[in-house]
Amino acid sequence: MTGPRADPPRPDAIPDDHRAAPPRRGRRRRDHGGEREQPMVPEAQFRSYYGRAVLKPPVWEWMIPAYLFTGGLSGGSAVLAAGADLTGRTRLRRAGRLGSFAALLASVVFLIADLGRPERFHHMLRVAKPTSPMSIGSWILAAFGPGVAVAAISELVPARWHRTRLGRLVHHLAGPAGLSSALVAPGLASYSAVLLSHTAVPAWNEARGLLPFVFTGSAAASSGGLGMVFAPVDEAAPARLFAIYGAVTELAASRVMDSRLGLVREVYMTGQAYQLRRLSERLTAAGLAGTLLARRRSRTIAVASGFALAAGSALQRFSVFEAGVASAKDPKYVVVPQRERLEHRRTHQHEP
Amino acid sequence: MKRTNSLHGPLDDVAADAGHGEHPPRVGFFTDTSVCIGCKACEVACKEWNLIPADGFDLLGMSMDNTGSLGAHTWRHVSFVEQNVALDGQSSQLAGLPTGTSTGSASAEVLASRLVAAERGDTELGTTPPVVTGGAEDLGIPTFQRPGDGTGAETRTDFRWLMSSDVCKHCTHAGCLDVCPTGALFRTEFGTVVVQQDICNGCGYCVSGCPYGVIDRSTLDGTAHKCTLCYDRLHDGMEPACAKACPTQSIQFGELNELRERAANRVKQLHERGVSQARLYGEDPDDGVGGTGAVFLLLDEPEVYGLPPDPIVATRDAAAMWRIAAGAAAAFFAAGIAAFLGSRR
Repeated sequence: MTGPRADPPRPDAIPDDHRAAPPRRGRRRRDHGGEREQPMVPEAQFRSYYGRAVLKPPVWEWMIPAYLFTGGLSGGSAVLAAGADLTGRTRLRRAGRLGSFAALLASVVFLIADLGRPERFHHMLRVAKPTSPMSIGSWILAAFGPGVAVAAISELVPARWHRTRLGRLVHHLAGPAGLSSALVAPGLASYSAVLLSHTAVPAWNEARGLLPFVFTGSAAASSGGLGMVFAPVDEAAPARLFAIYGAVTELAASRVMDSRLGLVREVYMTGQAYQLRRLSERLTAAGLAGTLLARRRSRTIAVASGFALAAGSALQRFSVFEAGVASAKDPKYVVVPQRERLEHRRTHQHEP
Repeated sequence: MKRTNSLHGPLDDVAADAGHGEHPPRVGFFTDTSVCIGCKACEVACKEWNLIPADGFDLLGMSMDNTGSLGAHTWRHVSFVEQNVALDGQSSQLAGLPTGTSTGSASAEVLASRLVAAERGDTELGTTPPVVTGGAEDLGIPTFQRPGDGTGAETRTDFRWLMSSDVCKHCTHAGCLDVCPTGALFRTEFGTVVVQQDICNGCGYCVSGCPYGVIDRSTLDGTAHKCTLCYDRLHDGMEPACAKACPTQSIQFGELNELRERAANRVKQLHERGVSQARLYGEDPDDGVGGTGAVFLLLDEPEVYGLPPDPIVATRDAAAMWRIAAGAAAAFFAAGIAAFLGSRR
C-alpha cells in the first residue's frame, strides 16, 4: 500500500442513469421452454461504460470447440486402441487407431486454421512455457501425435507389404507407439479444460473446479461411442464401459458445475449455450441408455448410441465455448462478481 | 515488501524475475484523470509514432468518445462519461445555463443492444460502428440545441464530465504474457510487456488472457497488438509519445516507484480539497495482478470508465487448475484400464 484508499463513494453522488444495467438482458433471456430454465432472478445492479464489454470476447471461431471435441476423441480412442492391442481385440484396435489418427489430423487442421497467421504454427514449439496451457498443450500434441500416426499407419499397410523390411518395422513399432500415445492421452483429454479456464473469461474461469471432469468425461464418451460404432459388439465391451464412464461423468460433472457457479451460471442457462447444452445432455443420456440396454444384443442400437454419445460430446464443447463468449461480451459477469468481492473484502477489513 | 512467488502477488523486481540481469528501473504511467481535458492528443500521438492504422471517424453515441475501447489499433483510448452530478469541491459555473447530459441511458441502451447482437470478430467491440438492425434510432445527437435547452429550468441537473485516457496496464503479473504460447509477448528490461510482431502467430490466447480487455488481434495482419510503452523511445531515453503529447500532464511517465508516490500525494491533495471521490486504481501491489505499471487516479468507480473493479490474473489459480486436471486425467486413464479389466473374455 503506497497511498490512502479513497473513501467509499457517497451513494447520493451516483447518477441514476448509470446505476442500472441497460435493460437488454431481459430481451435476450427469452423463455426457451426448457425444463431447466430458471425463473428470472432480479436484475443485478451494476455500472458500466455505456454497457460495453470490459473484456475482449474470444477471437476464436467454431474451430476451437471443434478441436476440443476432436482432441478428446483422439485421446480417448488412443487409450481404447492400446487396450485393445494388449488384449487382442484386433477390430476394436483398428477402429481406435484409425479413429484416433483421423481425429488428430482434424485437430491439427482446426488448430492451425484458427491462427491469425497459420504459416507460423511452428512458433508454438519455440518455447516450453509452464504458465501457458496452450504451450503445454502443443507439447502434449507433439508427444501424442507420432505414436498415433505410426499405430494408424500399421493398420493401413497393405498385406503384400507385410513382408518387406519397412512393413515389419512399422508392425513392430505399432504396439509401443500406440502405448506411448495412450500414456499421453489423459493429458490431451484434460489439458483443454485448463486452456479455457486459464483466461479472464468468466464462464470458463469460474468453472475451473469441474471443467476438467466435464471434458475428460466428454472425451471418454465420444471415443467409447466411436468404438461402439466401428467395432463389432463382441469386441466392443471395453468401449461400452468407457462410454458409460464418460457419459455419467460428463452429465454429473456439468450438473455439479452448475450448482457451484455464481452469477455466471446464467450464461450456461440461457441463449445458444443453453440450447446446445440441452441437446447435448439429451443425446448423451440417450446414448448412455442405449449402451446400457443394448449391450451385445443389437449392433444397430450400438451404432446409434455411439453416434449419439459422440454428438452429445461435441455439443457439450460448443456449449461451454458459447457460454464463455457470452460471458465475455456482457460487462455484468465481470463487474458484479468483482464488485461483490471488493465489498466483501472491504467489510472484512474493518472487522478486528 | 513480501515476496510470495513469481506467479501472483507483490513482486519487487519484475525485470529481474523475468531474467534480466543489469536493468534500468521499472517505468510506467500515472494517468491523473482529474486534469484530463479529453483532447485526445495522446491517441493521435500514439498512432503517429507507432504507425497504427486509423480507426475512422465514427460517432458511437458515447459522448465525445469515437474510438470505443482499447484494441489492436487503439493503444490509447480516451473515455468520456457525462453524469448529472455535481463536480466535487467546485462550482460548475453553470447555474444560469441549460445543462444536462447529452447522452444518457437512452443511447447507452441502443448501443448496448447493438453491441450484443454484433458478430464476433477482432474489432467488434472496438471501433467498428455497431450493426444497425431494424432501422435507425434517434439518439438525440448530434444536435444544434444546448443540452437541456428544449425543456424548462426545472429539468436542469447538475453536470460533470469525466474523461480518462486508458492504456495497457503493463501488469506485474500479466495475463497476456503468461498465456502466450510462442514467447512473442515478453517482459522488457524496463518491466513493461511487449509483443514481438514477427513471432506472434495470432493464436488469440492473450486476448482472452487479459483481465482488462486491452490486447486484441488485428484483422489486418492477424497478430496481436497493444501498447509497447514506446519501447523504441525508451531505448533512446525518451518518454512515450502519449505522455510527451499530453498538454495537461494528465499522462505522466516515469519510474514506477516515484509515480506511485506521486499518485498517493495527488489523491491526498484532492481529498483535502474536497474531491472525496478521487481514488487510485492499480497502485496496490497486493491486488489481483500484483499492481499495474500504469496507475490511474479516477473520480468514480473503475467500471464507470470501463475498467474491471477487481481484476485477477488467471495464473494465480494455475497450480490448482492443473491439480484438478491431473485428477480428471487419472480418473480418465483408470476408467480406460478398468474398461478392459472389467470386460475380460
